[in-house]
Order: sequence, then structure tokens, then C-alpha cells
Amino acid sequence: MLILTPNLPDPDGFYEALIAAHDGLTEDESAALNARLILILANHIGDPDTLAEALKTAADPG
Amino acid sequence: MSAGAARTPPALRLYPYARSADQDADTPARHPVIVIGGGPVGLATALDLGRKGVPVLLLDENEGVGEGSRAICMAKRSLEIADRLGCAAPMIARGIVWNLGKVFHEDRKVYEFNLLPEDGHAFPAFINLQQPYLETYLVEAIRRAQAEGAPIEIRGGNRLTALAPDDTGATLTVATPDGDHTLRADWLIACDGASSPTRTMLGLDFEGRVFRDSFLIADVTMKADFPTERWFWFEPAHRAGASTLLHRQPDGVWRVDFQIGWDVDRDHELKPENVRRRLTAMLGPEIDYDIVWTSIYTFQCRRMRRFRHGRTIFAGDSAHQVSPFGARGANSGLQDADNLAWKLAMVLRGEAPEALLDSYDHERRQAADENIAASTRSTDFITPKSKVSHTFRNAVLALAGRHAFARPLVNSGRLSTPCTHDGSPLNTPDALPGGPARTRPGSPCPDATLEDGFLLPRLGDRFTLLALNIDPDSDLPCVALFAPPGSDLAARYLGAARQALYLVRPDQHVAARWPSHDPDAVAAALKRATGTPC
Repeated sequence: MLILTPNLPDPDGFYEALIAAHDGLTEDESAALNARLILILANHIGDPDTLAEALKTAADPG
Repeated sequence: MSAGAARTPPALRLYPYARSADQDADTPARHPVIVIGGGPVGLATALDLGRKGVPVLLLDENEGVGEGSRAICMAKRSLEIADRLGCAAPMIARGIVWNLGKVFHEDRKVYEFNLLPEDGHAFPAFINLQQPYLETYLVEAIRRAQAEGAPIEIRGGNRLTALAPDDTGATLTVATPDGDHTLRADWLIACDGASSPTRTMLGLDFEGRVFRDSFLIADVTMKADFPTERWFWFEPAHRAGASTLLHRQPDGVWRVDFQIGWDVDRDHELKPENVRRRLTAMLGPEIDYDIVWTSIYTFQCRRMRRFRHGRTIFAGDSAHQVSPFGARGANSGLQDADNLAWKLAMVLRGEAPEALLDSYDHERRQAADENIAASTRSTDFITPKSKVSHTFRNAVLALAGRHAFARPLVNSGRLSTPCTHDGSPLNTPDALPGGPARTRPGSPCPDATLEDGFLLPRLGDRFTLLALNIDPDSDLPCVALFAPPGSDLAARYLGAARQALYLVRPDQHVAARWPSHDPDAVAAALKRATGTPC
């Protein structure tokens, strides 16, 4: 079950760390970092239904 | 895969053209089964039918085995089929077994893996063996079967040039060095490859996805000690190919595959000096080698919408084509032959209705879809089609070096495994509580160790009951075995059950299973598995 309600204890802190991780990177390097991050998080989640739901949710540009 | 036209070298003319009486007949000679094509699939189909006593004529425009190593990975299931057909021993004797693989990205080794194959199987997960050896051993097995009376005939130098199918078979025009003649076939099996002339003559579809890439194969003998390992480079620093695969074959020959891009000048790339430039860049200037064979291939992933068209049936590459990654071409073609031969033999003997052959179409299309999906996934990983796909592929490779979790995502080809025919009309619903999933109805029987050998040879090639820890009284051939707790036989066939009865098809797939012997249930399952209305 994909959690779509607030679940980050420190939203501002996480957001800052996410942006900071890209400091000084080229666009290609940033894209590579994002890809590695997605793969790491996907493996952590593991559950196929949750991942499918996340893919579906992300595919909607809003 | 489509390679350059193969010419038969004289040394391998195993069945040279010889004039047959059919060429002088006043009316077209009639044959119950004609097989078109002398590749592994055609030869295996003819051998299997002939061993079952079905008269079969195989026509091949060539006069023997083709040139070049071509399909080199024979998976365990193919070896098991070959064993049933009596030609696995020379394959094992000559084939190369490997377990260690290494994956490189640029000039960095990402990781290495050991296949650690499961114990309790007569045959390894697969062997590397050049296709001409497989074809030769199949022809030798046909010769042995003929000597024992199997009604098989091979005619080399006989090329199908026209075909008129009808409700009771087909009329064939066959060209030979002595001119054309006409034959009648009750059943026609087209095993004539990815560019199947039979398919073209019938104007049948063959649709799928084109991969805009080409691969250069070089078979080389090296005068250096190289370990028996599979090495796969993604984006190698030597730049000899966008990806490169090194694989060992028998006779000290190494297969090198270079991914060289779509818009290539074939003649230019195949010039020995240009092939050598790539090889030397990859192997290093200090390695001395000789080139044995080269070829450039492209491929598509596609299949026919249906494999059975009345009394013409397609098998192997003529029916479905996959990328070479995962060794699913020849291996799946042999499974087609395995699936088709017993069904056609039963129909011809009047033991099953023609409708049984629709299950060939059903089951092997299912297998083709599985193989196409697997090989398409491998291809998309090896040759990413977009920038983002390339980014993710390289992210996987970057993570795989340090983190085990990413290694299962690395896809340089998934080993061919046989299809479990879930949903087949021949299956009886699973009735064995606690039975292992891997032997559910539709599954190919996994091998297992017995006290005095292995299980699969005992199952033979007729409908057979496999009885574990029970002793049924049945008219069917029955293999009754004691499966001790903890044995691989118990693990693979009993699971949580204490005893079991399996109905095994002639191709050694499970048709049905129960916890006990109910003769009526067995009779009903047998009817269902032979396409007979209950």
C-alpha cells in the first residue's frame, strides 16, 4: 500500500538534503544520481503492488 | 537471427542429393508427413516422429549441416529432449560447461557470478556447443533409428519452390539438381528458419519489433590460456563494440559478439583486417589468435499469429524469432519439436482428434511470447533505446559493483528455461494439496536423482503414471518410486504431500496430479490431455 499522506518526520530537512545532493552536478550527473536513488528506494520498498502504484501516481503530471 | 547465406562445406555433406523414385512417379508420391528444413528443429521433429513409427520425409535444400557456429548455447531442457531422442551423450562429451561469469562496464569489472546449478539433474544448466555438432549428432541419431527400422528419409538438395495447401494436406513442388517434381503431404511441418520460404509462399504474417542494431560474430582460436568463463562488457573501454560478449566453445574456439550499430557496411565490417582491429582492441596486442568464422546478424522479436494453419504447422524460427540474448532460438525450437511430435503421431495413429494439434498452437505461442518478452527485456538493457533508458541501465551497473541488490537487475541475457503451460487445455486442474509449484500441471518435469540414476529417462516418451509412495493398479505404463523424505524427488514432486500420482505426457510435461489413484480421474485426465472430448 503506497503511503500518500505525510510520512516524512522532517520534510524541509529531507527536501534540502535532496537538492543539496545535486549541488555542482551536471544535468547528466544529476539524472544518474536520480536513477540510482530511484533504484535504491525501489529495492527498499520491494513490494510490487506498492511500486506499481507509485509508478502510476508519478506518471500523472498533476 | 539472420546471417549470411550458409553454403554446405563438402566435408559436412551428410545427406548428399540422390535421385529418388518419387521423381519418376507418374502421379505425385504421397507422404504422411513432410518436414521442410534440416536445421535442429526439422531434424529433431523427423527423428521424434520416426522413432514413434510415423513415416516422415525431410526435405532440405542443403545437403548437410550448415556453416558456422550459430546457435551455441544448449540449455538443460534441450539436453533432456536430446536424451529422450538418443543423442545427448555426444553433446555432453563435446560440449563446454561453464559456471563463472563476469560483467564489465567500461574497463571496470562490476561483479562476477557463479551459476551454482541445482543438484540432482542428469544435465548441466547448459553447455556451449556449435550448431553443426548438434545437427551432426541429430543426423547420426536418425541414421541409428533408420537402422532399427524407423521410417525416416532425408533428401538433401531438395528445395520447396511452390506449395498448394488444401483440407487434406498440401501439394508441393520440389526442385532438385535433376529438375522439379511434385509430392503430396498429408501434413507439412515447416522448420525452414526465420526467413521461412513456406511462410512466404502461404503469404502468412510474421510481425513484431525490429531492433535497429547489428552484431558482428567472430569465432577465434586463441593461443593463450583463457579461463572457461563468460565475459560480458557494457560499453567497453576498448570501443570495439557498444557491448561485447566472450564465450567459450569446444575445440578451443571462442565466440566474440560485438554490438556494432545499425548503419554498418557489412562487407566493410567483415573484411578480415577490420574484424582483427576490433579483436585486437578487445583482447590486447599481446594475444595471438586465428579467425575461424565471422558473420554479421540483425534480429527481430516477432511471431506468427498462429503456428498451425490447417495441415501446415510451423516450428522453430519459422514460427517465432527472438533476439539471441538468452539462447532462446534453437532451444525453444527443440521444445516445439518436443511438443509437436507426440501430438501429430497420436493424430496420425487415430488415437487423438486433429484438435489435439490446436494445443500445440496454444502452448507454443505461449512459450514464444514468454521467450520474446524475456529476450526483448535483455535487448532493451543491453542496447538502451533512449537517453533515460541508458541512464537507468548505467545506474544499475554503477550500483551493482558495490550493492548486491542491483545485480539481479543486470540483464545480459536470461538463460532459456522451458515454459510451464499454465492454462493449457490439456491440463487437469491441480488436485495435489501441498504439491510443489514447480511440478503443477503444465510444468516440464524437473529431473531428480534416483538410487540408480535419474528420473527423466524412466518417464520415457509415452503417457506414463509417476507414482510416489503409492502403487496404483493401472493399464498405463507406470513408474512407481519410493521418495524418501529430504530427497530431491520428494522436494520436487511431493512438497508437503505424503504421496502423489502424476500423469506425465510423452513430452514429459505434467498433465495432472493427485494425492491418490482414482482410475476414473486418470481416464478423464488422459482424455483431456489428448484433446479428446470427455
